[in-house]
Amino acid sequence: MKQTYQQRFQDLWGDMRRDWQLYLLLAPMAIWFALFLYKPMYGLVIAFQDFSIFRGIEKSPWVGFANFVELFQNDMFVRAFWNTITISGLGLIFAFPVPIILALMFNEVQNEVGRRWAQTIVYLPHFISVVIVAGIVINFLSPSIGIVNLILKGIGLEPIYFLTQPEWFRPVFIGSSVWKESGFESIVYLAAIAGVSPTLYESARVDGASRWQMMWRITLPCILPTIVIMLIIRIGNLVEVGFEYIILLYRPSTYESADVVSTFIYRTGLQGTQYDLATAAGLFNAVIAFVLVYSANRISRKVSSTSLW
Amino acid sequence: MASFNLYSRGDKIFGWANAILLGLFVLSTLYPFIYVAAVSISSGAAVTAGRVTLWPVDVTLAAYEHVLSDRMFWIAYGNTFIYTFGGTFMSLLIMIPGAYALSRKRLRGRTFFNIAIAFTLWFHAGMIPFFLNMRDLGLLDSRFGIIIGFAASAFNVILLRNFFEAVPKSFEEAAKMDGASELQLLWKVFIPLSKPAIVTVALFCIVSRWNGYFWAMVLLRGEEKIPLQVYLKRVIVDLNSNDEFASSLLTAHYSFETVTSAIMIASIIPVLIIYPYAQKYFTKGILLGGVKE
Repeated sequence: MKQTYQQRFQDLWGDMRRDWQLYLLLAPMAIWFALFLYKPMYGLVIAFQDFSIFRGIEKSPWVGFANFVELFQNDMFVRAFWNTITISGLGLIFAFPVPIILALMFNEVQNEVGRRWAQTIVYLPHFISVVIVAGIVINFLSPSIGIVNLILKGIGLEPIYFLTQPEWFRPVFIGSSVWKESGFESIVYLAAIAGVSPTLYESARVDGASRWQMMWRITLPCILPTIVIMLIIRIGNLVEVGFEYIILLYRPSTYESADVVSTFIYRTGLQGTQYDLATAAGLFNAVIAFVLVYSANRISRKVSSTSLW
Repeated sequence: MASFNLYSRGDKIFGWANAILLGLFVLSTLYPFIYVAAVSISSGAAVTAGRVTLWPVDVTLAAYEHVLSDRMFWIAYGNTFIYTFGGTFMSLLIMIPGAYALSRKRLRGRTFFNIAIAFTLWFHAGMIPFFLNMRDLGLLDSRFGIIIGFAASAFNVILLRNFFEAVPKSFEEAAKMDGASELQLLWKVFIPLSKPAIVTVALFCIVSRWNGYFWAMVLLRGEEKIPLQVYLKRVIVDLNSNDEFASSLLTAHYSFETVTSAIMIASIIPVLIIYPYAQKYFTKGILLGGVKE
């Protein structure tokens, strides 16, 4: 039976009247998303304007892609872009494997109480603010009283001014991020390990496999799908680095290795009020992020027949 | 796993090596906390001389006395409580009814709203348009702006919605027979049945509010409105490079380092109090909302 448009409209209207209470419950949230997440998307047009905050969006002249041209000719932006990719890439190499290793190690601990205590402690830094983490890092690396330099002096070396030297920024940033997050990130892998069938271990045990072999030949292959998904998510977030943390740790003398796109946006836009240029940088970043996340999701759907969202 | 006494010598060595390595990792996680706590109750002179490495030296509460008598500290602490509890309440107030409505499959336009919400996980306007929008809305330098501006997030909405969707139909039908309105249904049936999800979302909100500093730093101008993390950032990060300020704090009893450590401990303590709950529910929440099969 074919319905006419009129009938369909009447059905829709009838359903909507029936569910008016639900729309009322939905309204505050719908308005919130419109006002705080979708309205700013309209504000992205200033990336194509010679924007002045006094003239506003309506009266600011359009300049096409001039802001983007300026951006790509700006050495500081190009540097920030490559720093973003480099810091994310280094994180992929050095930080990504840590939670996997931790989960495998937790799994091999047979003392239940000890394991629970250990987990409680390594999850803790995740709940601490980046400001405190930065405070601890600054204390630890202080050239005069920091424990690291006390040790260096103790073994007869010169103290190192870690936070003012560009070559030290990335190790410090990635190292402290590992300290903060890798424990908590191991949860996902532990959940995957918990799903491995015990019969696999039992039959391996009968065949005389050692624990080391079982870890390599059973546990690791069984959690490989999870590892792949987490890797894809990580690659999807390649242009997102923890800029809120970087802002706390970097300083002009380390910008050359520490300045990323988000910190560049923060300085040019919020501290320097070059809104149009900073918005162009943000849009560039967001488009890359969107493409990466979208492809990541498509790939993970193929790899594991599970979609992330 | 198989019974434990079957292990060979190699397996035992493996077990010990694993335990030792893991123990080292645990200790290195714990050490910074112990160090900061030790510094906060040591004398300023001992810290400045580099004598504090693990245990407190010349134990004194002078740094805490200094911090607790600082008016700004209390203002910032109070503000953090306002933002944490006001913000979390606002989040639940907006997201629970919204997520409930979206969990009803018969709702017309449901797909549109679901996609619109999920899209914000993928794409966001970014720092500057968000800031200018807050400015246009008159929410700069406003406590209410901080509370409302970050009230919802797609991740939490999806988590709640999925949970509501899983509530068995029979509960709903029984209440419908009694002629309950949607609000009554939500309040009397869905919220009590979805406590784990709601507590999880509430804890997500509490922790992110308590620890957040960036937008509070950007949006708030008045000293009277800043939360603890912004205050901490000013003291630890901005003033640290300022040697004059640091040495002005140095007395025999406390120093810049002992004072900042005391503030850090004061800000960590509430986190430690809710930590047992947070750990339990976060673990679930991560698995509920993150990678779902």
